[in-house]
Amino acid sequence: MAEPARRTQGARAAFAAILTREMLRFWGQKGRLVAALVRPLVWLLVFAAGFRAALGLSITPPYKTYITYETYIVPGLLGMICLFNGMQSSLGLVYDREMGSMRLLLTSPQPRWWLLFGKLVAGALVSLVQCAAFLALAAVWGVRAPLAGYLLVLPALVLVSLMLGALGLLLSSVIRQLENFAGVMNFVIFPMFFLSSALYPLWKMAEASPVLARACALNPFTQGVELIRFALYAQLNPAALGWTLLAGAVFLGLALWGYDPARGQTAGKGPGG
Amino acid sequence: MRLLLSLLALLALPAQAEEIWVTNEKDDTISVIDVPTLTVVRTIPTGERPRGITFSPDHSLAYICASDSDAVQVMDAETGEILHDLPSGEDPEQFALSPDGRLLFIANEDDAVTTVVDTATRQVVGQIDVGIEPEGMAVSPDGKVAIATSETTSMAHWIDVATFTPFANTLVDSRPRHAEFTADGSRLWVSSEIGGTITVFETAGQTEVGKVRFKIPGVNADLIQPVGFVFTPDGKTAFVALGPANHVAVVDTESLEVTDYILVGRRVWHLAFSADHSKLFTTNGVSGDVTVIDVAARAAIQSIKVGRFPWGAALRP
Repeated sequence: MAEPARRTQGARAAFAAILTREMLRFWGQKGRLVAALVRPLVWLLVFAAGFRAALGLSITPPYKTYITYETYIVPGLLGMICLFNGMQSSLGLVYDREMGSMRLLLTSPQPRWWLLFGKLVAGALVSLVQCAAFLALAAVWGVRAPLAGYLLVLPALVLVSLMLGALGLLLSSVIRQLENFAGVMNFVIFPMFFLSSALYPLWKMAEASPVLARACALNPFTQGVELIRFALYAQLNPAALGWTLLAGAVFLGLALWGYDPARGQTAGKGPGG
Repeated sequence: MRLLLSLLALLALPAQAEEIWVTNEKDDTISVIDVPTLTVVRTIPTGERPRGITFSPDHSLAYICASDSDAVQVMDAETGEILHDLPSGEDPEQFALSPDGRLLFIANEDDAVTTVVDTATRQVVGQIDVGIEPEGMAVSPDGKVAIATSETTSMAHWIDVATFTPFANTLVDSRPRHAEFTADGSRLWVSSEIGGTITVFETAGQTEVGKVRFKIPGVNADLIQPVGFVFTPDGKTAFVALGPANHVAVVDTESLEVTDYILVGRRVWHLAFSADHSKLFTTNGVSGDVTVIDVAARAAIQSIKVGRFPWGAALRP
């Protein structure tokens, strides 16, 4: 077999192996799908019910008429699923590093960026499955979108998952121990989620504080949520798409830099890293 | 083939615009919404505080209650020009046109009377004493009975059109604002704004057959104030505007049970169907817009900005 052909085959095999491992891991933990669904469902069924009548005072794109709060937060909760998945795969990587299976992965002859990209895609697929299940449950609950939206939201979800997965990757290159993961919860997930348009529209935030609204608008998670929100109503938000792509590229670039063997990031972990 | 057929069907139809006319209380204008495109295509100035609006049977004339001008204005529906005023008594709020288009029954809120005007001769042909603050007006499909509802007396007054005299008065819940006969004339519905109910009567004996009650999760009962309502052509369903509850209720006319609530803009007053009854337009006073409801899907699809405080709505096919 010619050398380039063998290389491609090897690359493909490595990619498939990573995907399979992540999928097996996902299916192996039946509780994980349930847990991943319970979180947004609690928000939708309990939290949103309490604020049902609170919204619906203003019409902002992509909506064409007044909506209930439940309808408003569904795209934000999709974003939440992607965010938690991104962080979870980051947690998985830290775990892998501690357990030593990462060494196995990184000593593969395939380029490192390719391996890490495989991890990202696998994470995005897991997000997609969870988001689809959540959208189905939301539809049963009565929050529905146009049919075309259900199709168009898929690429948006993949993109946002990749962006947030890249952020997780970046964090995992910095975090040394599992114990530090609580910090991620405090300093990444909470601010990202609450300082965004997931739970409240930015105009509402601007009424409370223009500075906070500004911070929300700069948050890449807000841009991701808006990308999902518009896509779910079969519309494109070019600004949100641009910012999501840019943030994804920056996070991925930094993560690759963090994992660069030449930088000796894992050197401290012992020989052969 | 289907495309060709639909093209032919399009060509066969006369090129007439289907429009919803909405009166804007605060702007003293009418916003004209083009139904196919769901956009405001014209804004027509009117007298002061326009509220009730209806068209002559051939839709060539629009009658508008200009409450603060103390006049019912007659407008050329094509040009938007005010042709003349009808003598209306003071503060006309709502009215009903007899099925033949000849008699206009006008509720004079400040005078506790119903004024009857002959639209052809432009003369007042009758003034009927009714309860205090009359508002809702309706004429039975056979043109024999007119109804006036008085807000303060909380009654529906049944008027014999032949003699212009009330022959029955029936109590309803507090502050009745709108009355409507079913298409076959067998029943009369009266909405009570403060009472939060709709009282349904058998017209033959003027007896109450039941009440429609509303309850929206998360919305205070005080805010549920039914005002305008319309029936679907099959008579099986009614859509009721619930005022500051910001919802339209879907009511089964047989069981008198609410089957659905649809979120619309703030302070919804009145409603009008498109010609094919596939869309329903609601006037939302406080939010200054009109929400379009997909009737089959029972879902709001779009809200259209109109003037300030839209109130009445009527279809011009």
